Amino acid sequence: MSEREYLAGEFFLSGDEACAEGAISAGCRFFAGYPITPATEIAERMSERLPEVGGTCIQMEDELASMAAVLGASWGGVKAMTATSGPGFSLMMENIGLGVMLETPCVVVNIQRAGPSTGLPTLAGQGDIMQARWGSHGPYSIIALAPNSPQELYDLTIRAFNLSEEYRVPVLVMSEAATGHMYEKVVIPPVGKIEITPRRKPTASREEYLPYRPDFDLVPPMANAGDGYRFHVSGLTHDERGYPAMNAEAQDKLIRRLVEKIEMKRSEIIELEEDGIDDAEVVVCAYGIPSRVSLMAIEHAREEGIKVGMLRLITVWPFPEDKIREIARQVKAFVVPEINYGQITLEVERCAGGMARTILVPHMGGSVHDPESILDAIRQAVR
Amino acid sequence: MSKVAVDKEKHPLDAYLRMERLPHIWCSGCGLGLILNCFIRSLLKSGLDLDKVVVVSGIGCTGRAAGYIRLDSFHTTHGRAIPFATGLKLANPELKVVVFSGDGDLVAIGGNHLIHAARRNIDMTVVCVNNFIYGMTGGQLGPTTPLAARTTTTRRGNIEEPFNIPYLVAASGAVYVARWTTAQVRRLEKTITEALLKKGFSLVEVISPCPTYYGRMNKQATGLDIMKYYRDNSVIKSDIDLKYADIKLNGQIVVGKFVDIERPSTIDL
Repeated sequence: MSEREYLAGEFFLSGDEACAEGAISAGCRFFAGYPITPATEIAERMSERLPEVGGTCIQMEDELASMAAVLGASWGGVKAMTATSGPGFSLMMENIGLGVMLETPCVVVNIQRAGPSTGLPTLAGQGDIMQARWGSHGPYSIIALAPNSPQELYDLTIRAFNLSEEYRVPVLVMSEAATGHMYEKVVIPPVGKIEITPRRKPTASREEYLPYRPDFDLVPPMANAGDGYRFHVSGLTHDERGYPAMNAEAQDKLIRRLVEKIEMKRSEIIELEEDGIDDAEVVVCAYGIPSRVSLMAIEHAREEGIKVGMLRLITVWPFPEDKIREIARQVKAFVVPEINYGQITLEVERCAGGMARTILVPHMGGSVHDPESILDAIRQAVR
Repeated sequence: MSKVAVDKEKHPLDAYLRMERLPHIWCSGCGLGLILNCFIRSLLKSGLDLDKVVVVSGIGCTGRAAGYIRLDSFHTTHGRAIPFATGLKLANPELKVVVFSGDGDLVAIGGNHLIHAARRNIDMTVVCVNNFIYGMTGGQLGPTTPLAARTTTTRRGNIEEPFNIPYLVAASGAVYVARWTTAQVRRLEKTITEALLKKGFSLVEVISPCPTYYGRMNKQATGLDIMKYYRDNSVIKSDIDLKYADIKLNGQIVVGKFVDIERPSTIDL
């Protein structure tokens, strides 16, 4: 069997295939999944590629099991991932919560389709973006990235693995059918040119190690099962020993840390792309595939003399609250195109705090926006 | 008799328990402490490297066992102990993975994972404690509650046919299947040791008293009453056709080692 570590060079890949290659480049050596359109190609590619690099790929009986197996594999000391779409994402919510609670590094890719329920299995949607933030029960913080090209599905899958190791949290890659099934040029850098974040191992002795005693940055070092630390971890509210602590004080301490370890590093986690915002009177705020559709609308609007800028959310969660507040002070309005009936719009509106209008350009899914609808909203914003 | 210095404050198995977490949450008369004791003795007897043994539990009274044993242990989500353990084992085949959980966790909410892990013959040992009821939530109908038994959600008696666990997992492909009650601790200890050393998917069902809920609602008032019932009604029939190993209310309990075969694991193929 050939030992192809990863395939450096230029390739013509679908977004799904690029995502799988990004995982391999990031050091992912375990994949558990369940077939679902439009994410199946990721599982198919992983099933071919992982054995070539000494990894393991398993098709589980459902998405509940897939997510549980990913967590188990991560605790076994291996970088692990799953990929799914809306219906499977709903099932994974249970163990995404366990991943948050046990502070388990792993990556969940959601190639979104139009919902609710079975919806439009083969066609694009962005209706899971709020579910990504709040889908599992209880208060917590999470990281979600939104690629808009096959190249970014490659790049951001690597970044997702790095962030998950750094902050010990499941990281969500929120793409959709249009990008997952899009074929484009994907450049895979040569060996050694890819930055990889290793797992933070304990420095304390076996006797002194406490699985949830955090470092200065609120993230605890992580022992793997079988390392000899003989630790216990639980989905119950727990103390630094990992032992259940059934009281309000322990809950307060734990939840604040789980949230703050991410929120205090917002400036490092949040990645944005800005264009022409400085003198803009209206800013299009988009993530994923609508950001590409918006480019045509922006070009036409500029030809009409409208000063329009673009803010692309590459990191959607944590939400770039400060950036939206800053822009809201100078512009008349935000135009927010999304393939749902208004989700991130609510966040933009919240952060704009009445300083600028927020105009939703909804599209219910099944295709991408008609650029004309975004152009109309830009015109309406400056009227 | 020669005098041996014994520290009366210590139990020989204390070193394998998280003493700082005791007393445990289990009721008086519950079988779980006894089974955990048996399990630790089996582990010691097996000669396995304890640094490489990982215990995974789901949710429920039995699910709490992972938190008392001083080994790498995971208290996971309801029903998902087996797929979590599957990930652990596939990621690091050096680990000996044990799932220690209850009938509701493994056979109801986790039933699909149970049969698929058996089908794949994933190398793990499952200790399934069956007390015929949901104890943690206060005595509701479980997937193994016998016909006509009373629970808080079947006040007039259960009208559902229960699962016969050995029959289910044997049909699903498990290579080692056994059942004992808490009245046969020696046999139980020997069987768990064998299961731990068996390559492939092994399951040991342990019939265990829940005097607080199952007993109280079904005229078995104390743990002792239930142990006497187990003693008087257990019948060893290791070669039984498992379809006849079902358990009826206050009926005979067929016990024994039912399956011990060789079959390649998915991972070995």
